[in-house]
Amino acid sequence: MTTTTAPPAPTPAPTRERAQSLKRSLLILVAIAAVAACAPFVLPESRQSIAIRVLIFAMMAIGWNLMSGYGGMFSFGHAAYFGIGAYTDTYLLVTFGWSPWLALVVGAALAALVAAGIGYVAFRYKLRSAYFALGTFAIAEMLRLLATNTKWVNGTTGYHVPLLPESSWTMLQFGANAAEYFYIGLAMVVVCMVVTLLYLRSRSGIYTVAIRDNEDAADALGISVMRVRLTTMALSAAITAAAGMFYAQYYTFVDPDTAFGSAQSVQAIAPAVIGGVATPWGPLVGALILGPLADLTVTWLRTPPAFLDFLTGRSGLDVVLYAILLIVIALVLPKGIVGSIQEWWKRR
Amino acid sequence: MTARTTSEEAVPSEGGTISRGGTSRRAALGRSPVTVTFALLIGLTVAALLRSGSTAITGQALLTGLIAGGVYSLLAMGLSLIFGVLDIVNFAHGAFLGVGLFVTYEVAHQTGLNPYIALPVAIVGLFVLGALIQLLLLNRTIGGSLERQLLITLGLSLLISNVLLLAFGGDPLSANLTSDPGVHVFGAVANLSRVIAFGAALVLAVLLYVLLERTSFGRAIRAVAASRQGAGLVGIDVRLVYVVTFGLGTACAGAAGMLIAPFTTITPTAGDQFNILAFVVVVMGGLGNVTGALVSGLIVGLVEQLGGVAIAGQSPLLGVFILFLLILLIRPQGIFGAKAP
Repeated sequence: MTTTTAPPAPTPAPTRERAQSLKRSLLILVAIAAVAACAPFVLPESRQSIAIRVLIFAMMAIGWNLMSGYGGMFSFGHAAYFGIGAYTDTYLLVTFGWSPWLALVVGAALAALVAAGIGYVAFRYKLRSAYFALGTFAIAEMLRLLATNTKWVNGTTGYHVPLLPESSWTMLQFGANAAEYFYIGLAMVVVCMVVTLLYLRSRSGIYTVAIRDNEDAADALGISVMRVRLTTMALSAAITAAAGMFYAQYYTFVDPDTAFGSAQSVQAIAPAVIGGVATPWGPLVGALILGPLADLTVTWLRTPPAFLDFLTGRSGLDVVLYAILLIVIALVLPKGIVGSIQEWWKRR
Repeated sequence: MTARTTSEEAVPSEGGTISRGGTSRRAALGRSPVTVTFALLIGLTVAALLRSGSTAITGQALLTGLIAGGVYSLLAMGLSLIFGVLDIVNFAHGAFLGVGLFVTYEVAHQTGLNPYIALPVAIVGLFVLGALIQLLLLNRTIGGSLERQLLITLGLSLLISNVLLLAFGGDPLSANLTSDPGVHVFGAVANLSRVIAFGAALVLAVLLYVLLERTSFGRAIRAVAASRQGAGLVGIDVRLVYVVTFGLGTACAGAAGMLIAPFTTITPTAGDQFNILAFVVVVMGGLGNVTGALVSGLIVGLVEQLGGVAIAGQSPLLGVFILFLLILLIRPQGIFGAKAP
């Protein structure tokens, strides 16, 4: 982080300036939300799934960015928290008929607890960098295997959300492609963003960045490194669990692979990296780019241009494109799209 | 304990990524990790015996595990070599194994011959692929952060498995032998293809070891692993070493893929589960310790199969993951200690 010329962010700036930059960020967020709110009027109903996917990607990436971008703890296992959110929701709903809103609170709390537990053990034993990433990956995979082979959570079958005859706000269920899903998802993304922005301005958030930039110095200044890290991890996990709950409600189905599969971990990482790691808007930009890829390529390959004729009806092109994007960004723009624009803006 | 601690900290190349500490808590495994590991294996065998109540089942698990472990060894040696020399956590290693599977499928089906003729094709093909990737992509990021390398190899992994999906579709394919009789060893049975895979993997692993330890190019590789700058100063072409090393690493994955092809369901994501297995082996053997990976591969194979019998009802991989987390926490330098290959 070479942000010596920038007044806000890492270094604790004077209070008034900080309040102003927070105000500006919140205003930008309101503007983004207002523009996004028009999406259901512009998008054809059959395309609504694209908007939902963007929202889910955004939530996951916001969660990942908090822990791995701002916190510098590279997680390769956010599928664990996503899956905990999705499974808590469907388990409580199917077994006890709980409202998903209540299940969201339980799932987020559970994910936060699990994250804090993982973090405590990992930092207690000084797991760093690649080891930390591999460890988190192994934990997510373990949860996937456990879910697959445990009858108590329906093994490989997973859960289907029981369909209701009519729409219900308490049970978070509406007709297919209902605009309500979009607005609920949008509201959740906005809440996640506000929570993140407020947290980053809080004492704990500023400490998080300080610890990432120089752990020893932060420790020497009397910051409780462990507590701050665990708080950040817990918040990040709770946000990702919310994404999992929303996913389960929208697709009305979860199984071990969709909930805990490594693809979900990648989907938390990729938008944040492409948009810009440790930038507030990076996850949103990344989600906006990656979300539509799947649908666009499928449509495109249904009637491909002549030179791509051999790909008619094949799947996988969307991931190929986003893998290339990921490689190119990591290679050429390590700060991501938003980060690079910010840097250019400052140098100008 | 104190003497041990100081002597350990005197070991120069600890990977640089982990800070040492909390040694007293790591005492049990730290003092004699190899003994503890073998005690664990014996314990697992006993647990499997008690759980299944049958020597036949346990014996079969021992044989199957050991044989599977041979391929893990070969695969992980490549990964460990890449880490030791290039400091790259290669998350695409499983995907390279997947390429080996499809190369075998293509060769066997185009020629209609025995799939084993694909072995040289897989080795050379994957060497070239890996060398090109290092030359064109990864050589540009030398000295970059570990996370950045991880992201690039993650992207590569996604790219490779989805290009395979585009090209071959998602339906499972096979490259079976025309006849694959069972071979009896001490009352347990293993398919001929698995025995061949085990034998060939060990032969290739030993060849790699000889290449690293007994040839001048191997010495150059080890020199670069020990000190990039020092190697450059004595006239070693560091970038060339990087290219060849990554190629050798991916060639290991390709060979492993070919060897398991006759008894594996070939799908674009078939390599994924080997990714994490290879990492388990590599961390256990000590990141960058190629000989350690050779031995650890066999141990992981045994743990997988014995654990599968001992923790009945759960996936055999679960025991491997538990072992992995324990090693990460208690002995991150691996049971043999990390050192330059």
